[in-house]
Amino acid sequence: MATNYEERPRGGYDGDDDQDRRPMGGRGGGRRMHRRRVCRFCIDKVDLIDFKDVRLLQNYLPERGKILPRRISGNCATHQRMLAEAIKRARNIALLPYTTD
Amino acid sequence: MNTKRQYEVVFIVDPTADDDVQRLTESFSQIVTDQGGVVTKAETMGKRQLAYEILHHKDGTFVLLEIEGSGREIAELERRMRVNDRVLRYITVRVDEDRRRAEKLKNRRTRKAAKRPSQGAHPRRATMDFAEAAGE
Repeated sequence: MATNYEERPRGGYDGDDDQDRRPMGGRGGGRRMHRRRVCRFCIDKVDLIDFKDVRLLQNYLPERGKILPRRISGNCATHQRMLAEAIKRARNIALLPYTTD
Repeated sequence: MNTKRQYEVVFIVDPTADDDVQRLTESFSQIVTDQGGVVTKAETMGKRQLAYEILHHKDGTFVLLEIEGSGREIAELERRMRVNDRVLRYITVRVDEDRRRAEKLKNRRTRKAAKRPSQGAHPRRATMDFAEAAGE
């Protein structure tokens, strides 16, 4: 899987207006990219995240095996908490790795 | 409020003792019923690879038990599993509280949806239309 979580434009005008308006040439140029991030679980109206659902949990566990932070996944606080709890339970019974190297 | 607690117990059985899984599950279920609990579901999730080695085992058979009871049977069950060296690992999760919460959220959502069936029937908008019509 890809290690860079979001494509980061190396500065320059990337087509969409009124975002990314920083002057170029600074550190990294206009590297702040605003993308509408929404909680997938809220959309699907998930009330309960099952720790046995490995396929689902794996989406939030990148290569290294760390829990994907919500600043990247866009999850809401409630669902991120549920997700983290489920991942930790799944790790306990060896459904998911603690680390991978 | 003294409702029965619900638990999910998942345990991993040594896969080299494959024919034992059925027997082990039955004996664990027996323990639970002896202690006054009810096994609502016993399901073998099958043999799968472990995410990391446990006691030099690379894979194991996963079994799921759903138990309803006071909590005492869980203590006994866990004790038995701890002693049994065929059981590589187990986890017990109390689920009734989370499930109840999920149920509540779901109910709230359906109630909210029922309150505003369609945009046209929105009470405030209806009165606004009314006022507009009266003003003319």
